[in-house]
Amino acid sequence: MSTTTPDAPRKTNRIGLELQPYRGSKTTLCAGCGHNAISERIIEAFYEMGIEPTQVIKLSGIGCSSKSPAYFLGAAHGFNTVHGRMPSVGTGAMLANRKLLAIGISGDGDTGAIGIGQFVHLMRRNLPIVYIIEDNGCYGLTKGQFSPTADLGSKAKNGIANELPPIDTCALAIELGASFVARSFSGDKKQLLSILKASLSHRGTAMIDVLSPCVTFNDHEGSTKSYAYAKDHDEVLGEVSFVPYFEDISVEYDAGTTRAVEMHDGSKLFLKKVAEDYDPTDKMTALRLLHETARRGEFATGVLYVEPDKEDFISLLGLVDEPLASLPLERVRPGKAALDEVMESLR
Amino acid sequence: MSLSDVAVPESASPSVATRVVNDFSIQVATVNGSGSQTANLVLLRSLFQMGVPVSGKNMFPSNIAGLPTWYTIRANKDGYVARKKEVDFLVAMNPETAREDVLSLGPGSAVLYDEPLKLDTLRSDLVFYPVPFDRIVGEVCKDAKLRRLVKNMIYDGVLSKLLNIDLAQMEHALKRQMGKKQKAIELNMGALEAGFAYTEQHLPKRDPYWAEPLDKTAGMILVEGNAAAALGCMMAGVTVVAWYPITPSSSLPETLISYLKRYRTDPETGKATYAVVQAEDEIASIGMVLGAGWAGARAMTSTSGPGISLMGEFAGLAYYAEVPGVVFDIQRVGPSTGLPTRTAQGDLLSTAVLSHGDTKQIMLMPATVEECYAMSMDAFDLAERFQTIVFVMSDLDLGMNTWMSPVFEYPDRPLDRGKRLDAEMLKRVGEWGRYKDVDGDGIPYRTVPGESMPPYFTRGSGHNEKAQYSERPDDYVHNMERLARKFETARRHVPKPVVEDVPGAQIGVIGFGSSHFAIDESRDQLDHEAGIKTSYLRLRAYPFTDELTAFLDRHTRVYVVEQNRDAQMLSLLRLELSAERIAKLRSVLHFSGLPIDARSVTDDILGQEGVKAVGSPHHEIMAAGVAGRGE
Repeated sequence: MSTTTPDAPRKTNRIGLELQPYRGSKTTLCAGCGHNAISERIIEAFYEMGIEPTQVIKLSGIGCSSKSPAYFLGAAHGFNTVHGRMPSVGTGAMLANRKLLAIGISGDGDTGAIGIGQFVHLMRRNLPIVYIIEDNGCYGLTKGQFSPTADLGSKAKNGIANELPPIDTCALAIELGASFVARSFSGDKKQLLSILKASLSHRGTAMIDVLSPCVTFNDHEGSTKSYAYAKDHDEVLGEVSFVPYFEDISVEYDAGTTRAVEMHDGSKLFLKKVAEDYDPTDKMTALRLLHETARRGEFATGVLYVEPDKEDFISLLGLVDEPLASLPLERVRPGKAALDEVMESLR
Repeated sequence: MSLSDVAVPESASPSVATRVVNDFSIQVATVNGSGSQTANLVLLRSLFQMGVPVSGKNMFPSNIAGLPTWYTIRANKDGYVARKKEVDFLVAMNPETAREDVLSLGPGSAVLYDEPLKLDTLRSDLVFYPVPFDRIVGEVCKDAKLRRLVKNMIYDGVLSKLLNIDLAQMEHALKRQMGKKQKAIELNMGALEAGFAYTEQHLPKRDPYWAEPLDKTAGMILVEGNAAAALGCMMAGVTVVAWYPITPSSSLPETLISYLKRYRTDPETGKATYAVVQAEDEIASIGMVLGAGWAGARAMTSTSGPGISLMGEFAGLAYYAEVPGVVFDIQRVGPSTGLPTRTAQGDLLSTAVLSHGDTKQIMLMPATVEECYAMSMDAFDLAERFQTIVFVMSDLDLGMNTWMSPVFEYPDRPLDRGKRLDAEMLKRVGEWGRYKDVDGDGIPYRTVPGESMPPYFTRGSGHNEKAQYSERPDDYVHNMERLARKFETARRHVPKPVVEDVPGAQIGVIGFGSSHFAIDESRDQLDHEAGIKTSYLRLRAYPFTDELTAFLDRHTRVYVVEQNRDAQMLSLLRLELSAERIAKLRSVLHFSGLPIDARSVTDDILGQEGVKAVGSPHHEIMAAGVAGRGE
């Protein structure tokens, strides 16, 4: 425990914690890597939301992205699993202890290639987890090969063009049943922070695809996942703001230009100045937007789709309220009468 | 196509004068999906209810309907319940296999067959009982659509009369099988009685086989290994189950689900004290087990060879990151898809070192349904104690076939949740390191998410004692040596072998798993037929324990009996034993996909011993009428 200095009160969040437990170890990723910016936003979001870090689990697969859970929330347990299979580990952990808050960090290769199967079923189950794809369109850790989210025609550093169409993880997630789907850009601090905070209030799978340029292998002319391209082609769907339930403030918004979505815990998600008729609770609208922007070579950012009341996997399974992991013996081993009854049926 | 692996020997015709009592095998040859299972289980259970030791083995194709399937029931007064190689009584219901089934029988066997098949023209050294099934079923079942379902009960009626199986026992067994379905019971009873009546009128007894009431099944149960294991898992307090369907494993999680629903629903809230997920594949299944085990739950999955192969990467992560979990491997015939509905012990070698790099896995090897139950509980305790995956190596024969067993004991010990860091321990050790060997046994203390103890970052990449990322050579070596030390500690905690030392025996037999009952019987055959006395060590776990070397030192030659081609267990033994001990080892292999039988083991050992067998199956049959063997 740190000693308190009476003369200089430190800044704390609503649960009385300083920023320190939300920080992680020093990053080993490249300087300027978009992933580091995402880690910074995660630290801010958890701190500002006042989430107890010891109740958080950080999960990841393999790759540059998947190293990053070591760089935030040092006070939380973390599990760097195997390539593309983090969703199953996260699922097991959440079944073991439903009280935990899970954040999973994946990459575009970890999700779109080796992990596409587990990604599909994670979305389908609507497991309570914030699932972030740190999307740079390439394999950084193995030196720049294309990933399945690289755009058609996009050029690698060596000049070779990608000949296969990309997987749109957001469209896929919406199609599969994820109940909170967003896309953002690692360079857009304000938007990303709002989206992250909103995702932490969501109960169910919150899938956030964050374009995060690879400064070493994919930040050059010809790359559609470069800083320059992202800045030029980011079609901001609307200003996202999020008001947590605990912030007792009245929010003013112009009903004509703002859409509000109430999250299950009473928090409010505001999409300001959204394109006319954009309804984030309508799947068809979201999918149409994704396809139309993709056709123009742009990508829409913001909260694309949200279904706050969709039943999550834990509640679907009808589990007891307490964590399964900590149930005492008498609740997990039936009495002798149960064994006797089974034995009698086998005589 | 024929199931039998017995060549037709030339020998004398049978004699009705001999009486072979409570020592025979019945093989029912039908078409998969024809609904013969009820009739077969009624037959099995009625013999069991008469007090006669039995076993039932289903030899089925990888198919839902249409391909041949065989069900073998063995009744044996001495309690031998391994597969009997010879078929004494064939019930030929499948036109497709009938001819070959009959041709492969030993002389003196009896054949009950569907009359239009005209099988009696094939052999002159068998006893034939033609039964006009269609005519009889037409008389007892007016609804043509239901005839197919009750037709099979007719052979139960015929056998009841021919073998002297009490009809009242059959009725009792049928009622147990059918539950409260009164109409179905009446219909089936009608078929049973019609078969009995037809036999009384038309089929005089001409075979030597008889069932008589005995007193050897009192207090026993009949159960499949997978159901026994499921029960063990529930009693072990499993809370997270993730699985993917695969034969012959599926019935384990499926039975477990039915038990959990009944006995693990919270009485106050109606909510589940367990989670079961049918995952998208075996990789996800084991991933969920790791996630749950890491977060402090008792988690398991069940699979077979192909699933084990897929789980390799995660198995290595569990070994290195030290995450508990239980994996059942209900082994089947490989490689690849192999013979998915046939039995083998073919995953030992690959599972012992499952994953890349230096990996060693703990394996438990149940031989009986009772051990399937008890070792399930052992597996969860060991997994948490050693913070690693424990593999329970069952197989199709043990898992899916019906075995007799004493009633299972209610567990008398609490759960061993292993070394979990608590406040007191934290105070004692001062600074906690997730991978630090505090007690010198290689087992570190762990914490789980959500509790108030210090967190750590779990990873499959190199790490030091504090779970920090490290590529330092000394950190790596230090950690790997500790893991080896932990495995050494496991030697003292896994189930010890069961050793039966016979005074004066020079020869030893080592076996494990479902080979047990065949070995048991084979040892008696060796003694009775050739005067060869053998001691027996039944391995129950890997890593091996000290009893093994002591056993080898007490014997001159030791036969390792196993159900695979490459002598996988012997290979594992070789890795650990000295040259002198290895020199004593001989191999007895059985890998046809059929459950191992005593005759094959005996003949193999006699051959290697250079002794000519004096006992043949037919010799035995003849002798049995004079003096019961083993009495």
